[in-house]
Amino acid sequence: MNYITAFVIGGLICVIGQLLIDLTKLTPARILVLYVVAGVFLGLFGVYEPLVRYAGAGATVPLTGFGYALFGGVKEAVDKYGFLGVFTGGLTATAGGIAAAIVFGFLIALAFRPKEK
Amino acid sequence: MDKKTYSAMVKELSPSSPIFMDIVKAFFGGGAICLFGEILRNFYIMRGIDSKSALTWVAITLILIAQLFTGLGIYDKAAKHLGAGANVPITGFANAVVSPAMEYHTEGLILGLGAKLFTIAGPVIVYGTAASVLAGLLYYFKEVLMK
Amino acid sequence: MSNRMGKQTVVFKNPPHIFAAAAVGGNEEGKGPLAKYFDKIFTDAYLGEASWEHAESKLQFHAVNMLLEKSGVPASNIDMMFGGDLINQCTSSYFAARDLALPLYGIYGACSTMGEGMQLAAMAVAGGFAKKTVAVTSSHFCSSEKQFRFPLEYGGQRPPTAQWTVTASGAVLITDGECIDTECPKITHITTGKIIDMGITDANNMGAAMAPAAADTLKAHFSDTGFKPSDYDLIVTGDLGMLGKELLKRLLLEYNIDIAPYYDDCGCMIYDIDRQDKHCGASGCGCSASVFGGYLFHLMQTRKIKKLLFMPTGALMSPLSCQQGDSISGIAHALRIEVN
Repeated sequence: MNYITAFVIGGLICVIGQLLIDLTKLTPARILVLYVVAGVFLGLFGVYEPLVRYAGAGATVPLTGFGYALFGGVKEAVDKYGFLGVFTGGLTATAGGIAAAIVFGFLIALAFRPKEK
Repeated sequence: MDKKTYSAMVKELSPSSPIFMDIVKAFFGGGAICLFGEILRNFYIMRGIDSKSALTWVAITLILIAQLFTGLGIYDKAAKHLGAGANVPITGFANAVVSPAMEYHTEGLILGLGAKLFTIAGPVIVYGTAASVLAGLLYYFKEVLMK
Repeated sequence: MSNRMGKQTVVFKNPPHIFAAAAVGGNEEGKGPLAKYFDKIFTDAYLGEASWEHAESKLQFHAVNMLLEKSGVPASNIDMMFGGDLINQCTSSYFAARDLALPLYGIYGACSTMGEGMQLAAMAVAGGFAKKTVAVTSSHFCSSEKQFRFPLEYGGQRPPTAQWTVTASGAVLITDGECIDTECPKITHITTGKIIDMGITDANNMGAAMAPAAADTLKAHFSDTGFKPSDYDLIVTGDLGMLGKELLKRLLLEYNIDIAPYYDDCGCMIYDIDRQDKHCGASGCGCSASVFGGYLFHLMQTRKIKKLLFMPTGALMSPLSCQQGDSISGIAHALRIEVN
């Protein structure tokens, strides 16, 4: 049971994001991009894998985990299919999340109206 | 007064973010979402789903919940306090997908809802995919060609 | 050119009258300290419409209708209206004027638009080109968030320098002197503002972008007219907010002008900033318009203040210009309003 590590590591990854929001002019949208790209390269350099093993969802739920999953897919596909995998691997591995975000997003946007804050 | 002096004056008088409280809230908010993700992961694994698929199911479940909360008008209120704790997890990505889609529903289904769905989250996919291809190239040349 | 005084100021020999004023607001404005000065508060942010943009247009429609109702002047007697808002191509104003069937000049000066409209209306009246004119502006929190910032349901944190766009509209009826009540407040001087840019690029810090323009217009006003801050009971800027207000005071001290004893800002008046969590205060075209149309006009009618300097301030930018990295320019137009 690594609930505590999931909580702590996930929380710390968010704290880094908060520091970027408060101390720099980076908007959350930019930070999301930064996190995904960082996750891809942390995956490439083999740094993120141990963190995922240690913290589970604490490392995969933050958007760096999305980047890690993109790279994980590419790696697996390259091993399996060679050069083609460079292109097919990333989106294949993350297709579930992306499709869910699009389809649920579509349905919910149909069903709900934005409210005043 | 020149621009530089003025900019210094603005900086001096500008209120700053309450960094300590922001960090505490981001830590507990983000941590709680990840903890919930871990609980879900164990739940799916206990149901006999393999560990890799379980991670995808966790992402799908969190996305659904976050988007539902966005529709109900709860997510933005929580994120106001949790800050990056609500932005950085996959739930923040889900919120960034659905919120413009809701907002631009009034401009129609195709160029409104359909096109605007990715106004904030689109760059994540663009740069994420581009980065994964670049990383894939590096990996390919390192692993496959160096052998 | 005898109507001109100094470089940027017009002095009216037959000062136009402000015959009536009206203000309508939304939910948050109805919870603020000026709530009772609004003629109507709409608790439904959509005002029964399908979109935020239509809701804003409705706000403006109701403000003008309320104005006509209060003044007893039929719409057919209005010679021209000067209307503006913040939404793309000023559709809120155009749709409202269409529904009101009034002759319109659509104008844009960002949040300074009420100052611009009142100045143009006053000149049209003083020049004999119109007897009865309306100046109106509106803003809506939700339509502005959608156009300038993020979707309403997006989970972002507002930085501490951010200001809250008011959901409100204010309208005034400016008439020539002969028609009415000589006790009406009169517009005696107007000072046209220059566009001033001090290189601020942070779209979440409008107060800092506008304060230098406010300082420039005030400086011009005092030097053109020979008035001093003490010649006013109240000097009110449009929507500089908490930070912009401090910056303006500081900037003017550099020129040995101390406005502090007489000074306030509509952006700091309309909300109870701490209780309503409004960071640096309020902003938007409807901010100065509704504070004037409600509270300030009431102060003048009841003679609580007799000499007012009203100066709406605007931050000139678009989402496009910000994305292209352009700095945000400011503008401010000042009106001296007196009552006997």
